[in-house]
Amino acid sequence: MKAIKNLGLVIFLIGLAIFTGSIFTGNFSLTQEELNTYISEKGYKSEIIKKELSAAVVTDKSLNIFQFSSRVRAAFETSNNHYDELIAKYDAEKNWDKKGEQYQYKIYGKPHTLSYEIAKKAGSGFVKENAGLMWFLTFGLGIIGALLFIIPNLVLLGKPGIKNDGIYLESATNRGWIAWLVLVYLVTFYLVLYFMADYAVNWTFILDPISNFLGNRDASQWFVYGFLYCTIMLTMGVRMFIKYRHNKYQIVRTISVLFFQIVFAFLIPEIMASLQLPEYDFKNAFPLDYDFFFDWNLDNLTNSGGIGLFILVWGIVLTLIIVPVMVYFFGKRWYCSWVCGCGGLAETLGDPYRQHSNKSLNAWKLERWLIHSVLVFSLVMTIVTLYCYFSGTQSFLGIKSQWIKDTYSFLIGAWFAGVIGTGFYPIFGNRVWCRFGCPLAAYLGLVQRFKSRFRITTNGGQCISCGNCSTYCEQGIDVRAYAQKGENIVRSSCVGCGICSAVCPRGVLKLENGPEEGRINPTEILLGNDVDLMKLVNKN
Amino acid sequence: MEHIVIIGNGISGVSVARHIRKNSDKQITIVSAETKYFFSRTALMYIYMGHMKFEHTQPYENWFWDKNRIDLKEGFVSKIDTDKKSLEFSDNSSLSYDKLILAVGSKPNKFGWPGQDLDGVMGMYHKQDLENLEKHAPNNDVCKRAVIVGGGLIGIELAEMLRSRKIPVTFLVRETSFWNGVLPAQESELINKHIKEHHIDLRLATNLKEIKADENGKVKSIVIQETGEEIPCNVVGLTAGVTPNIDFLKDSGIETGRGIKVNRFLETNVKDIYAIGDCAEQHEAIGQRRNIEAVWYTGRMMGETLAQTICGNKTEYKPGHWFNSAKFLDIEYQTYGWVFSERNKKENEAYFQWQHPSENKCITISYDKNTSKFLGINTFGIRMRHEIFDKWLTENQSIEHVLEYLTDANFDPEFYKLHEAEIVAKFNQENKTDIQVKKKSWKRIFSKA
Repeated sequence: MKAIKNLGLVIFLIGLAIFTGSIFTGNFSLTQEELNTYISEKGYKSEIIKKELSAAVVTDKSLNIFQFSSRVRAAFETSNNHYDELIAKYDAEKNWDKKGEQYQYKIYGKPHTLSYEIAKKAGSGFVKENAGLMWFLTFGLGIIGALLFIIPNLVLLGKPGIKNDGIYLESATNRGWIAWLVLVYLVTFYLVLYFMADYAVNWTFILDPISNFLGNRDASQWFVYGFLYCTIMLTMGVRMFIKYRHNKYQIVRTISVLFFQIVFAFLIPEIMASLQLPEYDFKNAFPLDYDFFFDWNLDNLTNSGGIGLFILVWGIVLTLIIVPVMVYFFGKRWYCSWVCGCGGLAETLGDPYRQHSNKSLNAWKLERWLIHSVLVFSLVMTIVTLYCYFSGTQSFLGIKSQWIKDTYSFLIGAWFAGVIGTGFYPIFGNRVWCRFGCPLAAYLGLVQRFKSRFRITTNGGQCISCGNCSTYCEQGIDVRAYAQKGENIVRSSCVGCGICSAVCPRGVLKLENGPEEGRINPTEILLGNDVDLMKLVNKN
Repeated sequence: MEHIVIIGNGISGVSVARHIRKNSDKQITIVSAETKYFFSRTALMYIYMGHMKFEHTQPYENWFWDKNRIDLKEGFVSKIDTDKKSLEFSDNSSLSYDKLILAVGSKPNKFGWPGQDLDGVMGMYHKQDLENLEKHAPNNDVCKRAVIVGGGLIGIELAEMLRSRKIPVTFLVRETSFWNGVLPAQESELINKHIKEHHIDLRLATNLKEIKADENGKVKSIVIQETGEEIPCNVVGLTAGVTPNIDFLKDSGIETGRGIKVNRFLETNVKDIYAIGDCAEQHEAIGQRRNIEAVWYTGRMMGETLAQTICGNKTEYKPGHWFNSAKFLDIEYQTYGWVFSERNKKENEAYFQWQHPSENKCITISYDKNTSKFLGINTFGIRMRHEIFDKWLTENQSIEHVLEYLTDANFDPEFYKLHEAEIVAKFNQENKTDIQVKKKSWKRIFSKA
């Protein structure tokens, strides 16, 4: 069994190495004809860019993606610099007509994105020509290896029950060098994905056939991300099914997050795209779906006929009615650990790291400041955007609409939710984003704290303060602090994953939805002691 | 300002300190020789098993004590001078007190076995025991086999700990079936089986004769009393119960028996000296409880109670209905009220028992066969609500009532399979009754007794 596990690990690492290594392969060049077509498609008016790009990418040299990318970016920069200089020159000459003319030649967009678009057309080589085989060597080996690593646990973990043996004795799960290595890999992955997508263009070639089959279009880096996300969740979902096979709550919950990720977040948007409909993840609620009210999305939806209108109404109803009503009845867990994609990854890929959330009082303070700030940020951004959208102005209250959208997308959308949110799993725990950053979680949390039937009930005086619950709380809640006082746990950050209840050796904790009355029950003296004393001391 | 000194920073000592602070401004000092900060003894096993680190066993962050003006003193009290109201420490320093609370806990029993103090022989009680175990049994190369002597709760925990590192374990249990002085046969048998499923070499009705040493004074093997069999091993765990840790009180004038003798106000025979927790021995048993109760929550309750007395609200220690819980490897156990084993139950006590055909789940309900009054319940693999059973016990409900409303009491996680219907069907069949299981009602659950 141990041998199978090790074999699985080796196969997985080979798959990962080929996946990573594939970035460095292939040749990137265009013929002059292809380039001309591309430039006219894009409608670039700059003469410089034509010349520069020809020199850069119409070549017999075999360029890898890094060389290609740097040449392309340099070409765009040269062109834009040229016109910037002209603008500055005419500005100094106060030649306003001439100055105004130059702006049409400027090319907007992030350099790596521009480079990605050309690279997608310019790529050739083994990966592109053998997408099926490459899929097997990367995703295939990764999945097979991971499953070989995971499935022997059915036997190795022994009888069903809580199996956390050795978590703090192993490098990977105790912030050892393996954990740090994984952190570096994940962070790098997200930096490439968000900011240097052109470097990952070979990955899109691997998935072109699948993307064409599902969505009738070539794969983008986001398709790669979505596909990888689903694959990882499914594989690590198998791990959850084995680890918590004695616990039906965990099994049902895991099935639910897998379903919503694969069907709602991945398949339905792809199918909608293939039908020329606006892509939409029907479960992704604003303000987590922070660009729902961005002008391009509103334009897109209002121009898409009935379905667009439906999505617009659904999105608003989801946030304003469905989300709070469901939180009232079931707590925020219905979203955060049953439906949400971020939560889904955290509960599958992130499960081995759940113990790393910081339980200190200071972390709790930081959490409340940060997450509510992000909520306010997202709301301010949306108000500014909507005001500008309907009034046709560029700014509101002195805040430029474009600036605040870009800033939020960069800081919160990319860095916080992605690079930090997932990249930091192995060291800071699997819910960094959900706990400190997610504006939707902040909103759900407020409802859960003040108007909900959900609580974690503490079972009288049974707690022995062992601390398993606090240790394994991914949201950094000091569950024990409540349990040892005989007090129910009603906290805005609780996502209802149910692990505290699962790891408790004394059967002290139960997630439940009950009457609001008595939900919050501060106690000084616990059940079991002198009844008169309990009454005397627990006056409130 | 009155100075309250508490010896011992376990759950009893810390509970009394916290509650004195809540109710007063008195000066509080907690003295401990074991660790500076309070930790949960019950969680020591999880550190060895790698579920937690030591810091996770500390229920309060380190700033807590300063903030609440509870002074912590590390030191070993060697002598108490009750006339001068002063403590002497092994390093010759001293500390005076106005009121002294002894919350010194227990120590593992040793019954005079030859070799019981050898290198590699240990209990599993103190933090130092854990460090000792880590030294002698870091893995199954260094420790080829461990022998555990004494089939109680700590024994089975120690076995689980060692098995988590794949160390072969031989488990010597004096009784003919695991913990059958406490558990009914059905449940004791369930645990016997479960222990063996975990590849633990369980030896029932087996006593230790002696522990043998190698040339370096380290454990080499043990010999079994009954058969004379010699079992080579590197570690011996002595887990045959605990005794109050009171040797240092010998000449203090404080009355002791097995523990420190206290009255219902937890006062010792010496004015201004109190004892709580594992080390306290009641002059007369309270209800059917033992005179000495080495249980986590009774320590806490004595602390809660004594704090009232110290703060001027003189309060008798009145524990409510008995309850407890434990975990035997993968099987959780809870008990509410009194269920005695066949060996110890009285003539009027009868069992109703149910066992799941394939899973590790069973219950025993004890009731009075003359009045059908509900006396207590043991559940294995099923969690129950403390509040509900506490209420039923207070109300002197009948077993029929308990069964009818059993769904209200279930505390298993959501989506778990419920067994009330099968349980009640069995009772109906055995007793020719027609009890219908009521659906769970929040209204009933929340109505106070």
